[in-house]
Amino acid sequence: MDSRLLREEKSVRTLLKDVERSLSRIGREIKLMEVCGTHTMTAFRSGLGNFLRKIGLRLISGPGCPVCITPNGIISAAVEFVTETPNVIVTTFGDMLKVPTNRGSLMKVVPDKGSTVKTIYSPEEVIDLAVKNPDKQIVFLAVGFETTIPTIGWVVEEALKKEYDNVSLLTCLRVVPPPLRAILSSGDVAIDGFIYPGHVSVILGTQPYEFIPKEFGIPGAITGFEPVDLLLGVISVLKQIESREPIVDIAYPRMVKREGNPLARQLIDRVFEVEDGEWRGFGIIPGSGLGLRGKKVDAVEKFSLNTSSSWENKNCRCGDVVKGAIEPPECPLFRKVCSPEKPMGPCMVSVEGSCLIHYKYGDVEWIA
Amino acid sequence: MCLAIPLKLIEVNDDMGTFESGGIKRKVNLSLVENPKPGDFVVVHAGFAITIMDQEEGEKTLELIKDWPEQEELD
Repeated sequence: MDSRLLREEKSVRTLLKDVERSLSRIGREIKLMEVCGTHTMTAFRSGLGNFLRKIGLRLISGPGCPVCITPNGIISAAVEFVTETPNVIVTTFGDMLKVPTNRGSLMKVVPDKGSTVKTIYSPEEVIDLAVKNPDKQIVFLAVGFETTIPTIGWVVEEALKKEYDNVSLLTCLRVVPPPLRAILSSGDVAIDGFIYPGHVSVILGTQPYEFIPKEFGIPGAITGFEPVDLLLGVISVLKQIESREPIVDIAYPRMVKREGNPLARQLIDRVFEVEDGEWRGFGIIPGSGLGLRGKKVDAVEKFSLNTSSSWENKNCRCGDVVKGAIEPPECPLFRKVCSPEKPMGPCMVSVEGSCLIHYKYGDVEWIA
Repeated sequence: MCLAIPLKLIEVNDDMGTFESGGIKRKVNLSLVENPKPGDFVVVHAGFAITIMDQEEGEKTLELIKDWPEQEELD
């Protein structure tokens, strides 16, 4: 397929007219939460976020950035471990390296003798590190949502199958639906609908979101990341608002099936078990975490890691940003002392962080 | 982090696939998808294919956009 059409100005303009008409029929401002940070990126980089706001549709960023919602205790544990233990390799995804802790970020701290911090692109590389460094303990600081969790599960099964005893994981694995329930139940943020995450939903399918239309009467659509995909999702939700028939729609059928990816979910179930999970900004959300079933690969148990640090940079409002309670410019640190060069909190670090996206693209206008 | 891109498989060997990007051949882990075949577009996230693109649905979406009913201008 020729996916250029999904970015073409003409297509976008046609769909925007539909959005405008729908909004004028509804006759009030509509607030949609885009759960995934990559949607925030699509909206702001294209200028669509600002344009939609002008015509009466506000996109609010939700808790869809794994780096942003990982509590500091987890990252502090990794920092403490690599600075106080010789001959270890702490490995993680790029964005995690720059998150500040009270002792500095993983990128800046000085590891103990023979120890290092290594960035990986794919969890597969953890196995390569284990093979190449038999004399070192590899600790994988593994964070992510349903999209990434199966790839992390693969590492666990591989390490157990091949009996690598130098691999363990420090995890912060979180599932997306429970915080959506928390947001709706708290009533802190008035939301008219959800734009559900495209690639989390590749794994989940529609079933885990069904409680949202059923129990809360809130519409929503799963969609992809091209400007046209985003607008097809928005149009679906607006139609549901107009017809008062909320469902979980799929506006991304080329990638997402109603049943999701059962193979990936089976792997998740084999390796992890559901537990309560802590989220930055939210605190503990029941049933929102996945913990390792096999304690042999659990770095917290293996090295008695302390994950209880609750340190945050003073005045950093990342916790409110991830809940959609405030927008980045409302944080007193935003642009003044907090920038991508010197981030005060994870929302300014991650490519999916609302603060970084607002910092870079907040002023981009869609030329209609 | 949940960024993922569709890439065309050119080779499949059990759980390991090869795709070409910018003239460079690269590997992708296929253990999370069922029956991948050369020619399939797979969505790659963190080195793993997480789904195979349904090309028929993709074409349908493109048709939908092409044939989107023209609306009259707003007053």
